[in-house]
Amino acid sequence: MATAEAEPAAAPAAATRPPWTATLHGWVVTVDHKKLGILYVLMAVGFILVAGAAALMMRLQLWAPNLALLPPTTFNQFFTLHGTTMVFFVGMPLLIGIANFAVPLMIGARDMAFPRLNAFGFWATLFGGLLVYFSMVVPGGPPAVGWFAYAPLTENSFARGPGVDCWALGLIVSGFGTTTAAINFAVTTLSLRCPGMTLRKVPFFVWVMFWTSVQILVVMPPLTAALVMLEFDRQLGAHFFDTQAGGSAYLWQHLFWFFGHPEVYILVLPAFGMISEVVPVFSRKVLFGYEFMAAATAAIAFISLGVWAHHMFAVGMSRALDLFFAAASMLVSIPTGIKLFNWLATVYGGKLVLKSPMLFALGFLSMFVIGGLTGIILACAPVDLQVTDTYFVVGHFHWVLIGGTVFGIFSAIHYWYPKATGRMLSERLAKWQFWLLFLGFILTFAPMHVAGILGMPRRIYTYGPGRGWELWNQLATLGALLQAPSYLLFAYNIVASLWKGKPAGDDPWDAWTLEWATPSPPPAYNFAVVPTVRSRRPLWDLKHPDDPDWKYE
Amino acid sequence: MTDLSPTPDAPEVLPESAVAPPDHTAGVEGRPEPHKAGMVCFLVSEAAFFSTLIMAYVIFLRHGSAGPTPAEALSLPLVLGNTACLLLSSVTVHLAERSLRKGNVGTFRLLWAATILLGVLFLVGTAVEWRGLIRDHGLTIGVNLFGTTYYTLVGFHAFHVTLGVLSLTAVLGVSARGLLPGTAPLPVTLVGWYWHFVDIVWVVVFLVVYVLGR
Ligand SMILES: [Cu+2]
Repeated sequence: MATAEAEPAAAPAAATRPPWTATLHGWVVTVDHKKLGILYVLMAVGFILVAGAAALMMRLQLWAPNLALLPPTTFNQFFTLHGTTMVFFVGMPLLIGIANFAVPLMIGARDMAFPRLNAFGFWATLFGGLLVYFSMVVPGGPPAVGWFAYAPLTENSFARGPGVDCWALGLIVSGFGTTTAAINFAVTTLSLRCPGMTLRKVPFFVWVMFWTSVQILVVMPPLTAALVMLEFDRQLGAHFFDTQAGGSAYLWQHLFWFFGHPEVYILVLPAFGMISEVVPVFSRKVLFGYEFMAAATAAIAFISLGVWAHHMFAVGMSRALDLFFAAASMLVSIPTGIKLFNWLATVYGGKLVLKSPMLFALGFLSMFVIGGLTGIILACAPVDLQVTDTYFVVGHFHWVLIGGTVFGIFSAIHYWYPKATGRMLSERLAKWQFWLLFLGFILTFAPMHVAGILGMPRRIYTYGPGRGWELWNQLATLGALLQAPSYLLFAYNIVASLWKGKPAGDDPWDAWTLEWATPSPPPAYNFAVVPTVRSRRPLWDLKHPDDPDWKYE
Repeated sequence: MTDLSPTPDAPEVLPESAVAPPDHTAGVEGRPEPHKAGMVCFLVSEAAFFSTLIMAYVIFLRHGSAGPTPAEALSLPLVLGNTACLLLSSVTVHLAERSLRKGNVGTFRLLWAATILLGVLFLVGTAVEWRGLIRDHGLTIGVNLFGTTYYTLVGFHAFHVTLGVLSLTAVLGVSARGLLPGTAPLPVTLVGWYWHFVDIVWVVVFLVVYVLGR
């Protein structure tokens, strides 16, 4: 078996430690879901530092009117790389990576259903990302088209260098990786749950990953098709999006957003699942309204497939389409609201344990709702027409993606790090990280809403004085400077705690799902004996034989 | 009672003497067979891919631009032959599976080979059709929107037929070496499903491109 090499770190037998080349080889050829999960996370941490640096440079450029820190083209390339990286090579790999680690353990399985396909998924994602960044060394440099790459800006006539090709091919390659990961999650959840774990008894995070996978399976291929069409246009002289030859820029928008909107939920549903694991454990209560939460998840997965054109109100579709997509978009707020109230009800009356995972979970609960509210504002077509493509939109989606996805991810990493490594993260650093991020995040993105309402368009590399935008830009830049160290602290914490962290033990949070029944870090085979469960909280049953959950469920 | 045994001093590698780790790819009793479930998921994503291409074809239909139109360029006789090949191949692959289930390996191999042959015939037919389109009608991918969408859609389908032919051939090779045990081995079932899927896509493509869109 290829997984026979030693687990990293925490190996007391230093005398028999294999040479570092053997360890490296073990990681490169691994098909173990835990190691692949860790590799996904490490890759994303690398990309987040790069794309974050780009963001910081852009904020500095916008500090004051008419600065010349970044030339216009460089600025355009930076926001393109920043957006693409954060969505495809930070957000999704983090969520997929964490799920890769956790899902098989949570359902009592030995590995994912297709371990080698799983490894393929990771490497495809990594090489896709590297292909996008390869554009840094091609003539003309990286693409300067924005992360949604509207046609015909991406066509040969406007983007002459191979930057756009690197971008499109990179996303096609990583898209294959993401699709295979989705197949793996769906099948693992359907087929490999341990005996007794019916679909109504899966840990909530697993349920959510299943629906996320369904979404990926449905929306990733259309993006691939659109990217293929784009490459056919550029390389073979086809005319899909070539407006001069009758092609349609409008078609690209539909195809892109048919992927792009559900992508928002692909990025946030797993965070919902992570929060749904952390909040109950740190409130010392069961998740309130599991069935409603489960139904709401499926509802979101379905409804979000039919709302994409709310990104296109300003294009001038028909009145009927505007009405339909506005109404459908607002519909999503119902299942999302159900979830929010269920989390609040879980917290309510609980014995809160304010450790770092819970801190980030509470950050999620408070911030995500604000991003949701500005989302409802933007779903009103008339309002959207006023603020579309302004900083209001930038403020909104960063609020959702950081306030929702990133807080959820940090919560999950602080929650499962002890399981993955056998060491605790430093709580002190985690608290610093949380408060810097929390305050820096608000300071960065709240002023953007105001700048947007004042008419500041997104994606401008500078602006003239006297429009009243200076203050808001300066606040946002200060916020970015406040946020930046929190990511560095995090990177430092996850590395340093490998050596300095307190030993975690099997179950540091007194939690209830199966992964905490394994040693930390879990052995390659996960469970020596296939567990059998009778309730949603098998470890509670184990710890409280006098009062097991299965009597009540 | 919950049956869990947290092992405080778990070994790196499970000793031979311990309970062998389950062959996890076999799945858990009463659950869908993983490979079959995986194939279904894969085909769902393929369906989403082809839906997009078909949508693009329909949207650009009759977007009058210079160059040959579908009515001028596409001729039915050849493509009807192609379609017959593909439909027939779905029947042969089905019958092949059935004979294998009855234990009739020889018939299975014969019908399976016939499926491959029909697939190859379809590809040859497509090649002949494309040669005619390019030579006689001057229709290339860059000529107009019809060329753009037609070659993309039909080309991706033909690409999938090619993958199917290769998979079918691989299965036949494995079977010829006697390495396909049982009466319903997974590779046969899964490649069969894939082949049926490619056929169904063709039926839709045929209706959209050659019947409704002409
Ligand atoms: Cu949207």
